[in-house]
Amino acid sequence: MMNFLGNFITPAGMWNPLIWVFVSLIIFLIAYLIWSRGESRYKKGTEQTLPFLSGYAPESAEGTHVRAGNIYWGFVTALKGYYKVLRKIHTGNVNDYVGWYVGILAIMLLIYLLWGGA
Amino acid sequence: MMLLNLPYITVAILIAMGIYAMVYKRNLIKIVIGLSIVESAVNLFLVSLGYRRGGIAPIYTSAPSTYMVLPTPQALTLTSIVIGVATTAMLLSFCMVIYRNYGTLDSRKIRRLRE
Amino acid sequence: MIWDTLMAHSPALVIIIPLLAAFGTPLIGRAGKKYMYTWILCALALTELMTIVMLYHVFTNGTAIYVMGANPYNLAIPPDSHGIPVRIILTVDAFSSFMAFTASTVALAGGIYSIACEHEQTGQEKYYALLLLMLVGMLGMVLTGDLFNFFVFLEINSLASAALVAYHVDKGVATEAGFKYAIISAIGALMFLFAIGILYGEYDALNMAMIGSRMQFTNLDKIAMALITVTMAMKAGAIPMHYWVPDGYGKAPGAISAMLVTASQASLYGLFRMSFTVFGISANHVTLGWFIIILGVLSMFVGVTMALIQHDIKRLMAYHAISQTGYMLLGVGVGLATLGTAAFNQYGLAAMEGGIFHIINHAMYKGLLFLTAGAIIYRVGTSDLNKMGGLGHTMKYTSIFFIIGALSIAGIPPFNGFASKLMIYESVYQFQPVLSIIAMIVSILTLASFVKVFHSAFMGPKIHNVKEVPRSMLIGMAILTFFIILFGLFPNIALHYLVKPAAEALASPMGYLSRVLGGGP
Repeated sequence: MMNFLGNFITPAGMWNPLIWVFVSLIIFLIAYLIWSRGESRYKKGTEQTLPFLSGYAPESAEGTHVRAGNIYWGFVTALKGYYKVLRKIHTGNVNDYVGWYVGILAIMLLIYLLWGGA
Repeated sequence: MMLLNLPYITVAILIAMGIYAMVYKRNLIKIVIGLSIVESAVNLFLVSLGYRRGGIAPIYTSAPSTYMVLPTPQALTLTSIVIGVATTAMLLSFCMVIYRNYGTLDSRKIRRLRE
Repeated sequence: MIWDTLMAHSPALVIIIPLLAAFGTPLIGRAGKKYMYTWILCALALTELMTIVMLYHVFTNGTAIYVMGANPYNLAIPPDSHGIPVRIILTVDAFSSFMAFTASTVALAGGIYSIACEHEQTGQEKYYALLLLMLVGMLGMVLTGDLFNFFVFLEINSLASAALVAYHVDKGVATEAGFKYAIISAIGALMFLFAIGILYGEYDALNMAMIGSRMQFTNLDKIAMALITVTMAMKAGAIPMHYWVPDGYGKAPGAISAMLVTASQASLYGLFRMSFTVFGISANHVTLGWFIIILGVLSMFVGVTMALIQHDIKRLMAYHAISQTGYMLLGVGVGLATLGTAAFNQYGLAAMEGGIFHIINHAMYKGLLFLTAGAIIYRVGTSDLNKMGGLGHTMKYTSIFFIIGALSIAGIPPFNGFASKLMIYESVYQFQPVLSIIAMIVSILTLASFVKVFHSAFMGPKIHNVKEVPRSMLIGMAILTFFIILFGLFPNIALHYLVKPAAEALASPMGYLSRVLGGGP
């Protein structure tokens, strides 16, 4: 029988989730203590709760939500060339699906015939 | 010698034909036909593996000789045929539903799912 | 006495229970939906129970064999058969039982989840019959020791999965996904059958152990190896043969997407089993191992970068499934590439353990994520992330489950994804530092991508006026969450009972062969 509460031995060290949880609980506790000593002027239903958009009044509540298509715009734009290739490959055409499979099959046949043996 | 290998050459040609149809034909029905050709080729391959010249059917009850063809590949082929029928039926019924909804069977137009 | 009998026959029972239940479902369904749900849940729970019995049996007694129609049940080689195992045989080693446990757990959660999720659909008895058949296919694939039997179960699995992918016709789009999946798996299975024919023609056997021990490794065997490994990699969803994955996973009903993950993993099992046991003894480990490693790294990186630009929640998760499969391929590939060298004991085995541990972790958290995605679609009615927002206000439990799943897939401690990723990082770093660094970058991008999903679906102002999902869906999610937290907080339990035996069984093909060919018990 092993000690299941003990350390999780990895190839180069060890890891103990329970200690991690314990430490993070302490950190949360400290954070809570700091937070609870803060100002308590926040009031619901006043203009404090409205989103702040550089001084402009938001058009509507829905308008303040950043939609999924706009997130990571910068990342995708920076890798434009890479994504262009990927989009070109993903044609959605069933002929291409079979074509890729057969192509990889042919390549691997060649590789195994050349270097497959022990 | 060449003649003995004829089944295997046929298998290779049929598989090449079937895969050609699956990669280059644009009509979904033709793609399914290509699949069926590959399937027939594989079945032919299995049956010809177990064939012996002059062998009899492998039924032991009052058999005239014990020189028989191999029964296992035939059992495999039978199973494979049954599975193939199920696959083809399902694919063709998919084609039907796709045609009803898309109004076409052109694989270049049936790609609302991509990227 | 009865316990011993139950244990001995557990491999057959694990397959028979869902198979019979599947064909009983349409009949019971005529009596009424209530009876049918009870029937399904009993069948799934019983299967899960038998899997655990089998797991215990294999853990205590080592590799189990079960010969269909033999007397006694474990007589692999009848005395009058000239040393050839003639019957269909189930060979259950620790890796098989590990996979069976994963598959049946996810199926149980998916079955419970479906009851509420699909209760408005027509043709439910067919849905559940196919769900059980899909489970049969997976279990059969991982338990069988016979190549042709593997093919049959592969086809059962593919047919049932393809039909289920198309279950919500969804103006033909789901049917399109089902068609693509069916075509690609049918051609793959035929190529697999062709390879079986080649191997049978050469070695007069269909038994994996027999073929493995007789392997001469001629050019024909190399052709068979290419056909089998590429097909299995394609079915597992490795890039660049992954195109069916986002279509299929993305359009399937929620519970089926979760089960498709384990179905792909059953093919992954096929890839590993063939690479190690059937070909591994005579093939060049380095070539085969690097084939798997390269597929793994490609899948990891391309999968996650494609996921970043998706705006359909389930397609996004499907690309993550590809990306996570890459970790498993990488881990086990490193093990295969170092097999038989000194490096294997140093880090190769640990890499394999990491890869195999990642299989069960991935099944649990990706299953959970697909179930939460299904819950969102069930309530909101769309899978487009651009049209979502503010669901966290009302769907509190779903958002908690989603957070747990998302943190786990990103490898944030203390959830289970971290434990297996840590093992993979550390061991792969010793093999080839670059690969390990790529794996870490992929993990960061995974987190980024799930931050996007969480932000756009659950955060923000209330847009949709929705309620929390029904209880049975929450129970389905809770089952998978339980395992995520269990394996996260106590990784040693999983490692000791499930992963280590599995990795050791996979890494020692000779043990597998001698268990089957060595005769009786």
